[in-house]
Amino acid sequence: MIKNKYLIVLPKILLAAVSINMFSLNVQAGEWDFSGSVTGDVRLFPYSPAFVGQKKMTVSPSVAVEAEIVYEWNNYQDRFTFVPFARFDAHDDNRTHYDIREASWLHFGEGWDLTVGIDKVYWGVTESRHLVNIINQDDAVEDLDGEDKLGQPMVNLNLEKDYGTFSLFVLPGFREREFLEHDRRLSGPFRIDGDLATFEADSGNHNVDFAARWQHIIGDWEIGLSHFHGTSREARLLQRTVNNEAIFTPHYDQIDQTAVDVQYITGATLLKFEAMSRSGQGDRFAAFVAGFEHTLYGVINGRADLGILVEYLYDDRDPLLAPITTADNDIFAGFRLALNDTQDTSFLIGGVVDHENGSSFISIEAERRLGSDWKIELEGRFFVNVDQTDPSIFFAQDDFINLRLARYF
Amino acid sequence: MLNISKKTTSKFLMGALASITLMTNAVMAQTPQEIGLQIAIDTDKADPGWGDSTVNLKVIMSNAQGQQSIREMRLRNLEVIGEGLGDKSLSIFDKPRDVKGTAFLSHTKVLESDDQWLLLPALGRVKRISSANKSGPFMGSEFAYEDILSPEIAKYTYTYLRDEACDEYECFVIERIPVYENSGYTKQIVWIDKAEHRYIKIDFYDRKESHIKTLSYSGYNQYMEKYWRADKFEMVNHQGGKSTILEYDNYEFDTGLTDKDFTSNRLKSIR
Repeated sequence: MIKNKYLIVLPKILLAAVSINMFSLNVQAGEWDFSGSVTGDVRLFPYSPAFVGQKKMTVSPSVAVEAEIVYEWNNYQDRFTFVPFARFDAHDDNRTHYDIREASWLHFGEGWDLTVGIDKVYWGVTESRHLVNIINQDDAVEDLDGEDKLGQPMVNLNLEKDYGTFSLFVLPGFREREFLEHDRRLSGPFRIDGDLATFEADSGNHNVDFAARWQHIIGDWEIGLSHFHGTSREARLLQRTVNNEAIFTPHYDQIDQTAVDVQYITGATLLKFEAMSRSGQGDRFAAFVAGFEHTLYGVINGRADLGILVEYLYDDRDPLLAPITTADNDIFAGFRLALNDTQDTSFLIGGVVDHENGSSFISIEAERRLGSDWKIELEGRFFVNVDQTDPSIFFAQDDFINLRLARYF
Repeated sequence: MLNISKKTTSKFLMGALASITLMTNAVMAQTPQEIGLQIAIDTDKADPGWGDSTVNLKVIMSNAQGQQSIREMRLRNLEVIGEGLGDKSLSIFDKPRDVKGTAFLSHTKVLESDDQWLLLPALGRVKRISSANKSGPFMGSEFAYEDILSPEIAKYTYTYLRDEACDEYECFVIERIPVYENSGYTKQIVWIDKAEHRYIKIDFYDRKESHIKTLSYSGYNQYMEKYWRADKFEMVNHQGGKSTILEYDNYEFDTGLTDKDFTSNRLKSIR
């Protein structure tokens, strides 16, 4: 399943680095920590599939397991983290997958820190789209929200100065995006064969990518500037004919993406802005997300919080030359209600509406802890009023409800 | 946050208050407001110099039926001395397990609103959050956020009420009224022991001026031969019968924490 050779080589490098470090410093008793979760999911697809031959999958179960193993030593200045993840899906062999989310050595210095290994990095401030967040590949078979990420091999140095934090990334080894199995729900009408991926870089998925970021907090402002040079995490889909079948295969271009993210906080309101400009996929194009998050405190019996989120999304890419996006000219609105009870009950409802054709994607989420070690979650994803010209038309019949029960240990 | 017994005041404020104190000391007949302020200053002065500390916290929430819900976290605190600045604190959650790794960083300010960040470990995301929420419940407990913020002198006005015995102590009783925005309280009645200037009990009065909650401090221990810390904070809500106990364990001082351990950059990899 894991096609990237670096994922096999890197742990060895890491272990070498860790053992060198352990012996070069005073041998001191370290500390182990184990935790994890087992999650059972049932997806319900209430509508018939849109395409002939697509499986109904009315009730589609899966199980996911994630563990976190941490070893800290040298008075917590050194840390090894290992986070394996696996999902077993009853209906989709491609959604049955495993990944090393993290396998890294982290060292804290005086005003700096260094990570070597597989890690995840989050950049950005907006909620409806994560334009700036480019280091990790989406784990696209997990969910539609772009919040699940594949572990990325990296060497990352962060320097904290009075005038901001500077971060440098060397990213050896590219993680390819996974695509759902053909004829399964949410897969669209065409076969997309990730095994036939092509790359602009001669080194294919062994290309070494680079990124740099500066982030600073000035009073109520938080500002980030970043640049990425390397393999696009988003794939263009190319039509090919293989064995007399018209299929699509992913193609990964070399891109340069410069981005900015800004957040301003005033009282209970956060103003958010993310923008990026990218070259390498047709003409240089730009995209931004701008909006706010305002929270009303004490709304129910003086205890609950209601967050109101509004964001505008714009993207001027050429859909023929760059990876397709649905967020070209859209408005997002959402509400987040946290009851602030002992069981952390919360609800999220959000919708993205295309400003031009009215196509909408509605997402609802509700969660509550049961006892001390269990959590129940309900998610619904709905494609509403989808226009024939909108890329989401392929999923218009694939509304689903996901019921999840997780046990933490 | 969570840095309940910490009391830092900016130098300029101390200066201003000291001159008021000198003036008021010179006048034999002090008003109840002047005496109340003086007690608050003395309580604040009893603590500075603690530097940095770590402690484990267990939050035990009980409802009227006696059902319990428990949270465990580790706290790291740093004293900050400077004009307008308050202390820094970090809370790292261990239990319940679904929120394990969630961490909360707060840079307290004396007069402006605090700076606060939250680490969401599943995403590896550090999110700036609003500190405007003062009266909402802290983690579903009977403590409001404002109950666990450090009691900076300038956040209240004070009136001395009386002396009286409280538990085994002889106490000052003062009334304090929040002057910061978004408070859920009209007033608080505070019992402070005369000998060591420690908080013993606080009665909270809500916006309808009814006595809604009582906070009792117990299990005081002295650290570094100077700093008193209570092991147990018990908050009882008189409307609905819920209560929350904060149990502090394994206080350590002079742990070597510095400013660098309390930055939003460091927060992203805290554990």
